[in-house]
Amino acid sequence: MTAVTIIITVLGITASLALYRVIFGPTPWDRLIAVNLISSKVVMIMVAAAVLFERRIYLDVALVYAIIGFVSIIAISKFLEGEDTDRK
Amino acid sequence: MIAYLFIFLGLVFIFFGTLGIIRFPDIYTRLQTSSKCDAAGAIALLVGLIVREGLDSLSLKILIILVFLLLTNPVASHAIARSAAIRGIKPWRKKKKC
Repeated sequence: MTAVTIIITVLGITASLALYRVIFGPTPWDRLIAVNLISSKVVMIMVAAAVLFERRIYLDVALVYAIIGFVSIIAISKFLEGEDTDRK
Repeated sequence: MIAYLFIFLGLVFIFFGTLGIIRFPDIYTRLQTSSKCDAAGAIALLVGLIVREGLDSLSLKILIILVFLLLTNPVASHAIARSAAIRGIKPWRKKKKC
């Protein structure tokens, strides 16, 4: 059991703990925060898997996943903001 | 040895950030601990992996991912907080005993 395996295990356990806030969050922003956290942890899991299995292609997958997660978080938060309240 | 120190530091930051996500009472406090978990935990963990791998093309790609996470995580946190503030979410206050 190497160190990278321990990293992947701890990241998986904490991501599934953060899933509690996605399911039972009182407001949509709580769910959004937890989804942001899980997305960041999946990127870290992919980097650790690339180091563990010596596959360079996983790093490209991690970078594209980070970009898509960032754009989706920005889009959903602008959607939850509603209409243009500051442009009157 | 230095690599394992960085990795341990990152795992501690990530564990307590997730604990704060579950336990804290408000959006803004949860956002604060989530931002710490994203920034400090991810940076320490990836720096530990870079030091463990040595100078290589793989560690250079990990460095690119680290810079990208460092740039985008505060922007996402600020967007979420601005959206919640515009929609009128009040910060949490402790209830007074009376």
